[in-house]
Amino acid sequence: MDELLREYLPIVVFLGVAIGLGLVLLAAAAVAAVQNPDPEKVSAYECGFNAFDDARMKFDVRFYLVAILFIIFDLEVAFLFPWAVAFKDIGDVGFWSMMVFLAVLTVGFAYEWKKGALEWE
Amino acid sequence: MTVPAIAFYCFAAGVLAGGLFTVISRHPVHSVLWLILAFLSSAGLFVLLGAEFVAMLLVIVYVGAVAVLFLFVVMMLDVDFAQLRAEMAKYLPLSLMIAIVLLMQLALAFGSWSFAPEAEDLRANIAPPLEETHNTAALGLLIYDDYILLFQLSGLILLVAMIGAIVLTLRHKEGIKRQDVLSQMYRDPAEALEIKDVKPGQGL
Repeated sequence: MDELLREYLPIVVFLGVAIGLGLVLLAAAAVAAVQNPDPEKVSAYECGFNAFDDARMKFDVRFYLVAILFIIFDLEVAFLFPWAVAFKDIGDVGFWSMMVFLAVLTVGFAYEWKKGALEWE
Repeated sequence: MTVPAIAFYCFAAGVLAGGLFTVISRHPVHSVLWLILAFLSSAGLFVLLGAEFVAMLLVIVYVGAVAVLFLFVVMMLDVDFAQLRAEMAKYLPLSLMIAIVLLMQLALAFGSWSFAPEAEDLRANIAPPLEETHNTAALGLLIYDDYILLFQLSGLILLVAMIGAIVLTLRHKEGIKRQDVLSQMYRDPAEALEIKDVKPGQGL
């Protein structure tokens, strides 16, 4: 248990350094930089114009379809990891249960391929 | 205080701050970013418990996929948040009542919570000894063998989610050019081009 945590110590150090560096840069910008605020500096540039409309808009639901299908296959791969790590000791039942799991998801994959859900138009 | 204890308090504070600011942030995009902080901090807590695999899964699935999908929805969806906030006052009493009912139910559940005497032994016996096995391997030994029913049910749930997403969202528009790899590869330049001799002043 302690060895495991010791292996993660470099990551904690990196996290600390990253957070510390971010704070130092923010503080340095607040303390050391010349501050001379002017409303013209944040307005649209002289040849540009103010935004007409909100950036939010209706957009195609197919983007979500791609994202949701990605999440599902992400989870499938996540299930493969412990199976692969314990492969030597897992026995026949474990092996074939994963095969059935993959077969079920392959049915879904064939369905979405046939329906053309992976194609972009 | 030892380093793990300090790390625990930092991550726990991160989870609490992330959850709190997810709820009270005025800006929905900031809410999602705080939610990501809460996910990352709880991944750190899982590492401190020795559950590396679950921690990495939390980072990959929740931060990498779910939170990005949330961000995508919040940033792109055509929802007027100012208007929603204005309507909040109308629904506040009802939502407060629902919250109180939920709180009472939670209090009832935890007030009468007691462990069965054999629960601790059952829990201790089923996992392979964590000092000898790596925790990902221990998980692999359990999921696919002892919990085969739950594993197969999760596969079926993923299948239902996949088919449901396709049935609900997929609409094929007619008359749109699609990619067709084979016909694009077998396209013959000799047939695609034609040279016509156009006389001046006549056109085709």
